[in-house]
Amino acid sequence: MQNVIEVQHLSKSFGNHEVLKDIDFSVNKGEVVCIIGSSGSGKSTLLRCINLLEKPSGGQIIYHGENILDEKHDIHAYRKKLGMVFQQFNLFNNHNVLSNCMVGQVKVIKRSKEDAEKVALKYLKVVGMDQYVNAKPKQLSGGQKQRVAIARALSMEPDVMLFDEPTSALDPEMVGEVLKVMKELAGTGLTMLIVTHEMEFAKEVADRVVFMDKGVIAEEGTPEQIFNNPKEDRTKAFLKRTLS
Amino acid sequence: MSIEYIISMITNNWPMFLRGAGMTLLISIIGTIFGAVIGLLAGVIRTIPTPERKLKRIVLKIVNLILSVYIEFFRGTPMLVQAMVIFYGSALAFGIDMDRTMAAIFIVSINTGAYMAEIVRGGVISIDKGQFEAAQAIGMNHFQTMWSVVLPQVIRNILPATGNQFIINIKDTSVLNVIGVTELYFQAKTVAGISFKYFEPFFIACILYFVMTFTVTLILRYIERKLDGPENYSMIGQPPPQLMLTKSNTNID
Repeated sequence: MQNVIEVQHLSKSFGNHEVLKDIDFSVNKGEVVCIIGSSGSGKSTLLRCINLLEKPSGGQIIYHGENILDEKHDIHAYRKKLGMVFQQFNLFNNHNVLSNCMVGQVKVIKRSKEDAEKVALKYLKVVGMDQYVNAKPKQLSGGQKQRVAIARALSMEPDVMLFDEPTSALDPEMVGEVLKVMKELAGTGLTMLIVTHEMEFAKEVADRVVFMDKGVIAEEGTPEQIFNNPKEDRTKAFLKRTLS
Repeated sequence: MSIEYIISMITNNWPMFLRGAGMTLLISIIGTIFGAVIGLLAGVIRTIPTPERKLKRIVLKIVNLILSVYIEFFRGTPMLVQAMVIFYGSALAFGIDMDRTMAAIFIVSINTGAYMAEIVRGGVISIDKGQFEAAQAIGMNHFQTMWSVVLPQVIRNILPATGNQFIINIKDTSVLNVIGVTELYFQAKTVAGISFKYFEPFFIACILYFVMTFTVTLILRYIERKLDGPENYSMIGQPPPQLMLTKSNTNID
């Protein structure tokens, strides 16, 4: 299978605190990968390193055969091919729903406003927010904001979608609507990399589950392997803590 | 002194007061606008993240140093003294005979710019980090992020402080009479000199200053409300695509 992103020997330290230690990891085209693990295990940092919101301390990130950590590489061109969904939504407060989904297309991909609007409406429809084009972010609920954030990322038509705990800041009753959208997306063959605490969701949607612990990938495999027959003791301990 | 005397002084000298008030407004409006532009530029440059490459890093350091010197110097010296130094200094050193009005606008602009640079920097710092990250994550560079996402929010947030600056400028142009700019204070002084009355002309000037500053306050309040937009939004049923691109629903430019 063709891999989209390959991470080699990636490490990241904040001061003298080593958050990621020698991570080797790849995402294949069309694959849905869920990263699970307890807080502080480095899973969010890994995701943020992949789109360079955090600068890795060492290692390589290979995208289309090129090391994007190379100084000469244009990181803006790379980032526009990765969609990112944040825990805190981070919708642009000065734009309404529609222009949140358009501004990146117009400014970064240089699409015409007409084309950008068509694309934006298409994806707002996918997430069920096309009726709210005129609303400002502050007028929306958390679940609605997150669905718009997903549409904004999709509007850039990225190679990979990265989700950084997309439901962790939501009220319990709104988690479902966001997960439902993500499930639908997973069914369309989109490549997705999801950091999540939603074990049921991971079990159901993931092609592969990566369990991280203390800055290393402790175990990875199919949801079946990880959830039903974990080999590592720490995976067993983590699952016991979270599933009980 | 009597009300009648004040009224007759206005009827006899109103062109002078009006010209003075007009000059004061002209200098303070243009000065505030230029100052705000200088402040925004300086604010954007001073918030550029440290570049990877060594050469760029050194260039940025030098530019930041120059900006710091500019800001600290003009904030740290009185505008009255700056006016004297720049106006007479330019004549002495370069033999340039500056137009007094131009000199006044120049001095107010760079003075305001120094204050605005700090106001803008504060405004940029106060924007949630998530806004920058989201913009970067869709591939925007620093200037696109600033232009499309951060500055519109900063401008909204610093509007009250900018209004302050504008009002200060209206009042502080009075010190520019030292270089002979015919603003309101200068005109009031002239009327006083002609009529040998001191209370009345300055009382009239006082009222005019207040009318100008209070009008500015009201206009800025109005702009703030406009920028905040309506409290409510309308739902769209089945949006006809050609109707969507109205000015009110996209603010990308």
